Amino acid sequence: MDWTALILSLELAAATMVVLLPIGVWAGRKLAWSRFRGKALVEASLALPLVLPPTVLGFYLLVAMGGATPLGRWYESLFGHQLTFSFQGLLVASLIFNLPFAVQPMQRAFEAIAPEVREAALCCGMSRLRLLRRIELPLAWPGILSAMVLIFAHTLGEFGVVLMVGGSIPGKTRTIAIAIYDRVQAFDTTGAGIMSATLLVISMLAIGLSYLITAPGGIRRHD
Amino acid sequence: MTDPVRGLQATIRQIVPIPLHADLACGRGEVLALVGPSGSGKSTLLRCIAGLHTPLEGRIACDGETWFDAGSRVNLSTARRRIGMVFQHYALFPHLSALENVLEGMDDPGGTGSRERGRELLRKVHLDGLERRRPHQLSGGQQQRVAVARALARDPHALLLDEPFSAVDRSTREKLYGELAELRRELKMPVVLVTHDLEEAVMLADRVSILSRGKTLQTAPPLEVMERPASVEVARLVGLRNVFEGRVLSHHRDRGTTVTEWNGRRLDVRLQEGFPGGARVAWVLPAAGVLLMPRDRPTEGSRDNIVEGIVGRMVTLGSRVRVPVYVHGTDEALLTTTVPRHLAESYALAEGRPLSLRLRGEQIHLMPPDDTPRDPPV
Repeated sequence: MDWTALILSLELAAATMVVLLPIGVWAGRKLAWSRFRGKALVEASLALPLVLPPTVLGFYLLVAMGGATPLGRWYESLFGHQLTFSFQGLLVASLIFNLPFAVQPMQRAFEAIAPEVREAALCCGMSRLRLLRRIELPLAWPGILSAMVLIFAHTLGEFGVVLMVGGSIPGKTRTIAIAIYDRVQAFDTTGAGIMSATLLVISMLAIGLSYLITAPGGIRRHD
Repeated sequence: MTDPVRGLQATIRQIVPIPLHADLACGRGEVLALVGPSGSGKSTLLRCIAGLHTPLEGRIACDGETWFDAGSRVNLSTARRRIGMVFQHYALFPHLSALENVLEGMDDPGGTGSRERGRELLRKVHLDGLERRRPHQLSGGQQQRVAVARALARDPHALLLDEPFSAVDRSTREKLYGELAELRRELKMPVVLVTHDLEEAVMLADRVSILSRGKTLQTAPPLEVMERPASVEVARLVGLRNVFEGRVLSHHRDRGTTVTEWNGRRLDVRLQEGFPGGARVAWVLPAAGVLLMPRDRPTEGSRDNIVEGIVGRMVTLGSRVRVPVYVHGTDEALLTTTVPRHLAESYALAEGRPLSLRLRGEQIHLMPPDDTPRDPPV
């Protein structure tokens, strides 16, 4: 059992969730309620990681973040090391391939809030912040939670993009999914089996928890 | 008339998305009903007042405070306009209890005494004991009451009601009418009620404003709109059937009578000198001004007009019967009256039978012949 890889994966998943939560809420609200030019294009671009082969996405990210590009050089001059093959590079890749999993469920959740309910809140004199805190977030909460669970599970399991951008540096970029692959390559099926089972249990717990909380008759329910 | 500083005034002009040419004034403690068919712009007008829709041109002020002025680019946000609004489907916060809904309507929901005030408001709308219920656990009528309590929680400077009775059944509606009528005695702010139901407006409002295709056609006390519509369009919108064209012949101030001509017949009507002799006019007579002639030849009113005709196809509407009559000597114009069923039976009214009618000249109201605006008749 590669504990370092498991912890690295959990850290990556947690960091991705923390960063994507505000981005998802902002983008989800915007896409749910605003009409602007090029909205369909934005939505299509956000959904692209869903259909693009992970190795293709990983390849482009590798190129974009590499030392040959302005982005890569800028990052290196700022932090003294390359963005590729680092945890930070992995996080950037993880944020990008998780965007649709964050934005889409939240967008649907915000779309489900009746416009009249938000207008009523404004008529009650609520500030935008209070409206968000007291009305929008509690009502969109099941969708936000679903997004978080999807991001978590998806980050733990992502293989192609992570391998392309991060390689497999122990303690730095070797995630649990890559560790399983390495174990299989080394004919250590027992190790691979234990790690796979661990991942299976964690994923089931996450999905189960989200269903338990958001399903009708669950712990909390909004009608 | 309303005080120019106290109360709510709005002048709205726009062409798109829907044309609006509306003027509105509502004094403190007054209930003004905006009445019109679907798509007449009444809800949009209310949304303009609430700041939920920004018109192109116009001005909205309440108690001397300007909420919107296109000219000087003033446009207060909805939250800053002190309004209470009741939406058609109430728009209660579904995840909050009745009491929490009311508390959210307050400026300081967590303040001392807020909960007690919230309970007091719910008591006022007869919902004591249901404070902890969520909206989905309440009936339609109860939801509407929560919405009213929430709208009042902020001590609004204007109360806006957007078809608040349309989503409940008839018996609940009757009950809510009574409650609103009772509640309004305590309300010190202008109340604007949007409805497509004229009866509702007549019951609840001090004045009604008739809107059609975004334009304010007439604003007056309900009875005046019903009996003295400003135009043929208003007469049709308020459901008056007896609208005809005629011509003014002469005015007789001594008798208080204006003599008119209707398709070759002479009609004596209430003195209305706003129309000169010879002028083409439209005239309207509410159904209550069309009386069946008693069979034992009565004395008639000085301005009453006796006409004879043939009964057309009658329609029974519950306890009343609508009787159309083709009037002789008028090119067979079709006059309609509504009589109680027992009266129709005792008169043995039937299609094709002759009938004498008395048209009450006192209630005949003259209007401009078309919809072009003109000074109202005196």
